[in-house]
Amino acid sequence: MELADLTIAEASRKLRTRNVTSVELTSACLEVIERASQLNAFCWQDADYALDQAREADRRLAKGDASGMCGIPIGVKDLFCVRGVPTQAASKILDGFRPEYDSTVTRNLQDRGAVVLGKLNMDEFAMGSSTEHSVYGPTVNPWRARNCDDQRTPGGSSGGSAAAVASDLCLGAIGTDTGGSIRQPAAFTGTVGIKPTYGRCSRWGIVAFASSLDQAGPMTKCVRDAAIMLRAMAGHDERDSTSSNRPVPDFEGALTGSVRGKVVAVPREYRVEGMPSEIEAMWKSGVEMMQDAGARIVDVSLPHTKYALPAYYVIAPAEASSNLARYDGVRYGYRSRLDSECGITDLYKRTRAKGFGAEVKRRIMIGTYVLSQGFYEAYYRRAQRIRTLIRGDFEAAFDDGVDCLLTPATPSAAFPLGAISESDPIKMYLNDVFTVTVNLAGLPGISVPVRLDSNGLPLGLQLIGRPWEEASLLNFAYVLERQAEFNQKPRKWWLQ
Amino acid sequence: MSISRNEARQVAHLARLEVDESDIDSITEELSAIIGFMAQLAEVDIEGVEPMTSVTPMRLSKRADVVASGGIRDRILATAPAVEQGFFTVPKVVE
Repeated sequence: MELADLTIAEASRKLRTRNVTSVELTSACLEVIERASQLNAFCWQDADYALDQAREADRRLAKGDASGMCGIPIGVKDLFCVRGVPTQAASKILDGFRPEYDSTVTRNLQDRGAVVLGKLNMDEFAMGSSTEHSVYGPTVNPWRARNCDDQRTPGGSSGGSAAAVASDLCLGAIGTDTGGSIRQPAAFTGTVGIKPTYGRCSRWGIVAFASSLDQAGPMTKCVRDAAIMLRAMAGHDERDSTSSNRPVPDFEGALTGSVRGKVVAVPREYRVEGMPSEIEAMWKSGVEMMQDAGARIVDVSLPHTKYALPAYYVIAPAEASSNLARYDGVRYGYRSRLDSECGITDLYKRTRAKGFGAEVKRRIMIGTYVLSQGFYEAYYRRAQRIRTLIRGDFEAAFDDGVDCLLTPATPSAAFPLGAISESDPIKMYLNDVFTVTVNLAGLPGISVPVRLDSNGLPLGLQLIGRPWEEASLLNFAYVLERQAEFNQKPRKWWLQ
Repeated sequence: MSISRNEARQVAHLARLEVDESDIDSITEELSAIIGFMAQLAEVDIEGVEPMTSVTPMRLSKRADVVASGGIRDRILATAPAVEQGFFTVPKVVE
């Protein structure tokens, strides 16, 4: 077993008993990152930057006052500002941007001694489900189908984070989730990813996509690690007025492994037309696993589920078109060259045309359209009302005593790179069919790997919890993880 | 539901995106397809339903109305693409 293969919990134990140092762990990660360039998971890394943090962590560990994250090497999605570190949201328009300040989430992690190894690839501005829409080129999933060398997507938008964790380049990573961008890549790579309740983690310093939906969360090798890492990330921040001042519980301490007598609901509307039989079979086995663990299974109806995806594709682009207005060629990043007779509007238009990729431009235009005069009521206001109905569906289930819901995380396993063509954006949007409802309702959701499909690719289930009850949700996930006994790892074909 | 080529041009202008005239057809087609996908929202009965403006029922907290930071002009300008004598630079705006 290599040092970089350790989980956070295992490594933390070894660090605290001085069986390993953070410098050793960090060096081990840097070495495998170097040898895994084929995966294109990291888009920036710096050995000196990482080792300086590791040495500082070792000093803290020697003093004995270290948290569970102290000395743990992690990767950071390129959406998080880290002071002095290139932060581009995988976009040309932020070329050369090195923020002068830290995101609260990365600051919280670094204050607790976590070692930032570098930045991870993603879909540009977190818009996508495949990490193919990136100025750095696509990330490759470490998993391959049996007897097939096709390169597959790690999912997206946090695809670099998922690939890096699945291939043991780091012990954990952070991602963001606006419509499924943590949970879908986690499912595609056999890793664990949790999107916490909206407001649990501060959004300060995270490049904004859709502010009413964006949340940061950990992506890890196991549920225990997600619990440890989430605790270190979360908490009130006066610089994000939507961040909650509720106390952050000891999530790891909540992992009792018992869900006896708890109620797990299976929403019938998630049985979508054309669902592959392997997904359906995995879902069924997940239900049996929860039953075996002593949970009571109930059937529920979430009648507005069908409208979640179209509502999401009104609300998210509307908010994005507004948030991305700040990229004007004046304040940060890239500016297009201009002829001397060009004016300020030409500067904006050309910089944005050359700086944004095709999918980002498409969403900005959709957002501009649905917010424009004459269409605002018909699209944006209507979508906001439907959002109220979608949250109401979940509230009704929780009022009936449901503790959590169990659904597939994705409608398929990881697809080959390039399989969903650029000309069919709606087909790509359908990847989010099981995950967007959770963002629209502001709920916590977690993806847990369950089994390999007949091609040898990982599949995951999603658990959805009550607002602010991530502790209980993580315990459900822990039980599912123990029942599923998923312990496969991809063959390390990428090492050079 | 579909949009016209003129509407596509207008949307691109409002979004401050320069588009090549040769791309207008494909942009119009893509936007129409996506807007067509959203059209199913029209079938939902939303009578008497309040639009969601805050996903978690909470009052936004307010901080004291005092200066919290400042004096960091050079740090703000440090990440701009073009700066002169302590200012952002832009093409001539007023003739």
